[in-house]
Amino acid sequence: MGASRPHVPVIVFAALVAMFSLVPLGFIGWVTYDVGWETVKTLVFRPRVGELILGTLYLELLTIPLSIAVAVGLAWLTERTDIPGARLWAWLAITPLAVPAFVHSYAWVSLVPGIRGLAGGVFVAVLAYFPFLYLPVAAALRRLDPAVEDAAASLGLAPVAVFFRVVLPQLRLAICGGSLLIGLHLLSEYGLFAMIRFDTLATAIVDQFQSSYNSPAASMIGGVLVTCCLFLLGLEVLLRGNERYARIGAGAARPANLQRLGRFALPVLLLPATLAMLTLGVPLLTLGRWLWLGGAAIWDNEVTGAVGQTIVLALAGGILATMAAAPMAWLSVRAPGRLQRFLEACHYYVGSLPGVVVALALVSVTVRFLLPLYQTFALLLAGYVLLFLPRAMVGLRASIAQAPVELERAAVALGRTPGQAVRQITLRLAAPGAAASVALVSLGITNELTATLMLAPTGVDTLATRFWALTSEIDYVAAAPYAVMMVVLSLPLTLFLHAQSKRTAGQ
Amino acid sequence: MTLLHLETISKRYGPVAALDGVSLSVEPDSRTAVVGPSGSGKSTLLRIIAGFEFPDRGIVRFDGKQFAEGPAGVPAHKRGIGIVSQDGALFPHLSVADNIAFGFARGAPDRARRIADLLDMVELDGAMATRRPHQLSGGQQQRVALARALGRRPQLMLLDEPFSALDTGLRETMRKAVVRVLQTAGITAILVTHDQTEALSFADQVAVLREGRLVQAGSPQTLYQHPRDPETARFLGDAVLLPATVTNGFADCALGRVPVESGHAGKAEIMLRPEQISIVVDGATPQEGGRVVDVQFGGAVCTVAVALPDIALPPILIKTSSIALPALGALVHLGVTGKAHVFA
Repeated sequence: MGASRPHVPVIVFAALVAMFSLVPLGFIGWVTYDVGWETVKTLVFRPRVGELILGTLYLELLTIPLSIAVAVGLAWLTERTDIPGARLWAWLAITPLAVPAFVHSYAWVSLVPGIRGLAGGVFVAVLAYFPFLYLPVAAALRRLDPAVEDAAASLGLAPVAVFFRVVLPQLRLAICGGSLLIGLHLLSEYGLFAMIRFDTLATAIVDQFQSSYNSPAASMIGGVLVTCCLFLLGLEVLLRGNERYARIGAGAARPANLQRLGRFALPVLLLPATLAMLTLGVPLLTLGRWLWLGGAAIWDNEVTGAVGQTIVLALAGGILATMAAAPMAWLSVRAPGRLQRFLEACHYYVGSLPGVVVALALVSVTVRFLLPLYQTFALLLAGYVLLFLPRAMVGLRASIAQAPVELERAAVALGRTPGQAVRQITLRLAAPGAAASVALVSLGITNELTATLMLAPTGVDTLATRFWALTSEIDYVAAAPYAVMMVVLSLPLTLFLHAQSKRTAGQ
Repeated sequence: MTLLHLETISKRYGPVAALDGVSLSVEPDSRTAVVGPSGSGKSTLLRIIAGFEFPDRGIVRFDGKQFAEGPAGVPAHKRGIGIVSQDGALFPHLSVADNIAFGFARGAPDRARRIADLLDMVELDGAMATRRPHQLSGGQQQRVALARALGRRPQLMLLDEPFSALDTGLRETMRKAVVRVLQTAGITAILVTHDQTEALSFADQVAVLREGRLVQAGSPQTLYQHPRDPETARFLGDAVLLPATVTNGFADCALGRVPVESGHAGKAEIMLRPEQISIVVDGATPQEGGRVVDVQFGGAVCTVAVALPDIALPPILIKTSSIALPALGALVHLGVTGKAHVFA
């Protein structure tokens, strides 16, 4: 049929991007094959790797349940009770996302120099990552049909029982999704754990890489890490099941009744207040203290230079990733099918790979086959595209879906050429979504540390890498301006996520 | 002996009075319909009876027990009143069987049998038990919601617009099924609806709410034939309202002399239901005539609009059969059967 012909160049482009996104996985597989089973055995099955896996496992097993408890409790307070200042607490609950994880641990290390190991790692990780659970859980709570809870009460359930037997099970999808996100972050995070000297698989890879950039040892631990990621993805699919918890029926949902806290209001207030103090107060106070100690002298030209380089890199990466994702996003809306689903899966999986693995793969592949590309901007940007491809897809898909093909046809029927119709209708309607995609990716790049450390050409200093270099020299004062600038540049992300969670809740 | 007694219930949401001094009694084994336009406070009334909300003022008494006096009282989960809401409100994470058994006491020994009995009662196939709510049609969801509420063997069942999300044909089937089930089980029911036909055909007692006030309560026939005011008259069905002069049991109006059931004398507004007015062809009881200004063919029931001469009234709409429809512009006589209702 002629109708599918125009898709061919788009499919080819999307397929190329999909192939490119398979590079990290292919690299791991290829190295495993190349070094041979004996070497794999000696590199992987040794006590050191066992320790790392166990440490990472404990980290996941402690951080995720704690984050679930904090996020669900806080979401319930802000969405379902008459707690004073509910909107303020809701904002404060997601603002920690504006503070990069490694800045969280920098703040805590400055405040409590003895913070170390698993306990410290879990503590800071919960503070830095629980918003990833709070956002979906709060949105899901807003979407739940209160009539269902009324029905449970009319069937004789006390309020506490209603929460555990009716509300909590309906939050399962949100909890699974948020937990997966946190789990993947825990696997891939380098800065947070390196700062408080807790060894995970990711920190071990960076350490290995820094001693020799092309060591099979690093690649093998990378293989273990990727296996963990895939295991986590599979586990989430298994736990989530193919449930459908959406509202049944068409009537407009009545807003939920708010639980009266009464005389408990003041003691309950301590909870979000303490949390806000730990997640925002501590970083702001320590940053403030370092800034005050440093005075004007620490705001030197290097800070300005790093801001400039970060913005340029972030925008270039954002635009590139959005352009790379566009064909796939268009296909997934306009021409869904089996091939499209496979290509789309390639686009999405790569985003859940740790930055260390992506960077490792790109470095090793270029060193071996494309040496001129090694230590170039192009390679760094390619790394960003891979890491943030799913983010770029999200905004694009939604906005292309808002420009149905019928509108294009209507434009053609009114005398426009197909090309004009695409330009005047589809692109115009998809533009805001594309801009959102660019912004989302750019904000991600602003705070990206690991891959930037490994891929950046010498002389390139982003806010994150400068910050990292200075804190490694224990120059906490000089590092403060970089941290402040990262937080300032990330604040829009928080606004965006807040607005988006409101919108998905239909408000 | 009343089962449920509501006494001057008032409830405000900020500046808006949702309910304003509503009193209503419900007899055991009866069916009451609370009907009113949207925003009339009928759902709030139901939620207060269920215990999801408490009135600002007023008393809810049920089976001799005080359920609410002002903003204090027994919470919903201790009332033992069943409710079926607009879209069933089934638990989306549980199967049909688990939904139905949700209200059972923990470890009930005859769980499986009771589920089967309840499914049977609401005329659903036993094979449905393993399905999930989203795999059911709207009507099936409502039946499961009814079975779930029946599982607690409540004395009173609240029905919150349970048929409004269904297709027209299904709506009637469901209404009849629900009446049958409740009657068999001997359960008192209160139906909240904005659909007056549904209210009239469902209930022994109809209560009309408007802007938070109870306008009138009584049997469907009484309300239909003797509404308290023109607004209620129009709300409960099509109505022909005419100015008239009433003397000695007769009203002189644009349709001539019409018998009334009222000792009222003097000028008044009277009401006739359209089915009381017919086009008289042979002139047996000729009344005043009019001119046919519109004929709408509608199959079994056709609508003829007749404009009366010399009177500034909108044309009178008459429902008639398709046999011998008058022609447009024809002069016809109008006959009246039964008595007209006088608004005092």
